[in-house]
Amino acid sequence: MNELPQQLVNGLLLGSMYGLVAIGYTMVYGIVQLINFAHGEIFMVGAFGAITVHLYVLPDGTSMWIALPLMLIGAMIASVLVAIGAERFAYRPLRGAPRLAPLITAIGLSLALQQAVWAFYPEAKSKLAFPQIEGGPFSIGGATIQTGDIFLIVAAPISMAFLAYFVMRTRTGRGMQATAQDPDTAKLMGVNTDRIIVIAFALGAVFAAVGGVASGLKYGQIDFKMGFILGLKAFTAAVLGGIGNIYGAMIGGVVLGVVETLATAYIADIPGLDQFGSQSWAEVWAFILLILVLLFRPQGLLGERVADRA
Amino acid sequence: MRQRSLIAITAALAAGALTLTACGSRDDNGGGSDSGNGDTTVVIGVDAPLTGDLSALGLGIKNSVDLATKIANKEKYVEGVTFKIEALDDQGQASVGQQNATKLVANKDVLGVVGPLNSSVGESMQKVFDTAKLVEVSPANTNPALTQGVNWAKEKERPYKSYFRTATTDAIQGPFAAQYVFNDAKKKKVFVIDDKKTYGAGLAATFTAEFKKLGGQVVGTEHINPESKDFSAVATKVKNSGADVVYYGGEYPQAGPLSKQIKEAGAKIPLVGGDGIYSADFIKLAGAAGTGDLATSVGAPVESLPSAKEFVANYKAEGYKEAYEAYGGYSYDSAWAIIEAVKKVVEDNDGKLPDDARAKVVDAMQDVSFDGVTGKVSFDEFGDATNKQLTVYTVKGGDWATVKSGTFTG
Repeated sequence: MNELPQQLVNGLLLGSMYGLVAIGYTMVYGIVQLINFAHGEIFMVGAFGAITVHLYVLPDGTSMWIALPLMLIGAMIASVLVAIGAERFAYRPLRGAPRLAPLITAIGLSLALQQAVWAFYPEAKSKLAFPQIEGGPFSIGGATIQTGDIFLIVAAPISMAFLAYFVMRTRTGRGMQATAQDPDTAKLMGVNTDRIIVIAFALGAVFAAVGGVASGLKYGQIDFKMGFILGLKAFTAAVLGGIGNIYGAMIGGVVLGVVETLATAYIADIPGLDQFGSQSWAEVWAFILLILVLLFRPQGLLGERVADRA
Repeated sequence: MRQRSLIAITAALAAGALTLTACGSRDDNGGGSDSGNGDTTVVIGVDAPLTGDLSALGLGIKNSVDLATKIANKEKYVEGVTFKIEALDDQGQASVGQQNATKLVANKDVLGVVGPLNSSVGESMQKVFDTAKLVEVSPANTNPALTQGVNWAKEKERPYKSYFRTATTDAIQGPFAAQYVFNDAKKKKVFVIDDKKTYGAGLAATFTAEFKKLGGQVVGTEHINPESKDFSAVATKVKNSGADVVYYGGEYPQAGPLSKQIKEAGAKIPLVGGDGIYSADFIKLAGAAGTGDLATSVGAPVESLPSAKEFVANYKAEGYKEAYEAYGGYSYDSAWAIIEAVKKVVEDNDGKLPDDARAKVVDAMQDVSFDGVTGKVSFDEFGDATNKQLTVYTVKGGDWATVKSGTFTG
């Protein structure tokens, strides 16, 4: 049986998740040139926000069709609050400082958030089971799609469309583009750049929250470390797609996810490479691809469209 | 250009951050060295993962050792000696375990250590303890090399005199699983997956060897990355391989999601693993997909042993928050073996601890023999448990149910 369609679906799903988180990296970078390393933790906080709603707010046995939207809102509130708090108290005081200072702050914040959840969230010391949507898997063509993945399949394109609309068509979105191009001139034209920066952080957090809920539904579990590796992958995806470009983030994520999946599935079949084909090597192949892309297109896959930076 | 160099720095820092999180230590000081009411205080060290993925098993170990010391103190089992525990968290990481070992060696009151859980951690601690002549009894390490040397398959040679274990080895566990899968479950085509760690890879190798010897067919092998939780690509491969059973060498944090994703991919075949997946958390993580999965574990189920009734009752009475899990009985027996050894040393020295107590305890440990929670506890010339019983469990109705207990005869 041909497993290619299924493996492509696997990669696409994984990649959509990378993409959702990568948007946050790329948007903040596009506007303030800060690599917000704590963004992976914003994703984790989102998942914990969702499970908090499920465990402590909703009555037991609430149908997932009712619970899911509420959990999503809970996830967004948690993520956005933490992201805005981080911007206000950790990054804004360092706005004029050399670039390395906010970067180190971001790494510190990432560890602090992880440890805070580990220490203070009840039972976060081991993995928490995330509620699942009932119902069997769906078969499309040669591929099977799980019920939990439907959320990701629906949410990722909607989020992208919403973001594109927001950045291109709304007043605030145009303000973001202006700030990204030239903060000083944007300020002179009456754009409140401080507000724009907060909005960029908040928007990134919203997508991270969607990703957090999707991750919980997909894998059925969450833990305080879940954002760290995923954050690194999403950052890689953002660089791959061209950091600063929102479409690049999504494309970079999908490419990364598909490459990892196909490397696991097919490298072992190439004669002589069988020992480099297992899943533990998938990330090595993904990073080889990243190096190649950066060698030949240092600006990333979509990195040239500077005008769209937002 | 500046931005690109920033990305380079960031990447370097990211790598640094990865290393840093691996080194952070969260110590839980479980008791000091002050002695009360004129008695000599003997500290039994505990090293296990008390936080993180494997904490369910680790906390069970810690509580069971704690229980053993409490019982010994209450019964005044060793005249003039009060036992205490000092529990350190290794987070399942070899580097942290070695630091903990150094710390325990530095504490003069520590006369024995129970732990660790992971074979890879055990590997990193052995030498530290052996140089200090401090006895170490692991309730859970199953890698054969720890007691029988790296060439254990050809020529057995004990590398460290101070290392003992109450757990059975993978040299027995893997083949035992293979025999059950091939003879009893009648599965002939296996897909073998491991996590490349000392324990997982070792177990997968001994299983594979025996399964092939019996006439079974290995239709595929795969190594997963324990940091990952997306195994969908692997699951699809399993499905297309036509295997009728999956053997996984590794631990439950990965085994749970792996089982779930294999079933989701459409392969309705059981996943079989070793004692590393025999945990309530495996069922939690695998969800409904875990039903029918199998695990072998060392010893007989604690609940079924008449010798363990008292342990189970005492454990309940102490009101520990966490369950004793797979290694509770072995941890209790490990701690009790140390207590027995200390008792012998003290009694041989007119009721006082000698100056070279550590070395004497190591010697005494070799001859320890008593009826423990898990049956007769004693050690062979390699420091392995003489009790070689194993049990197959299956997930049924959201819990582990006993399928078959037996002794591996080779």
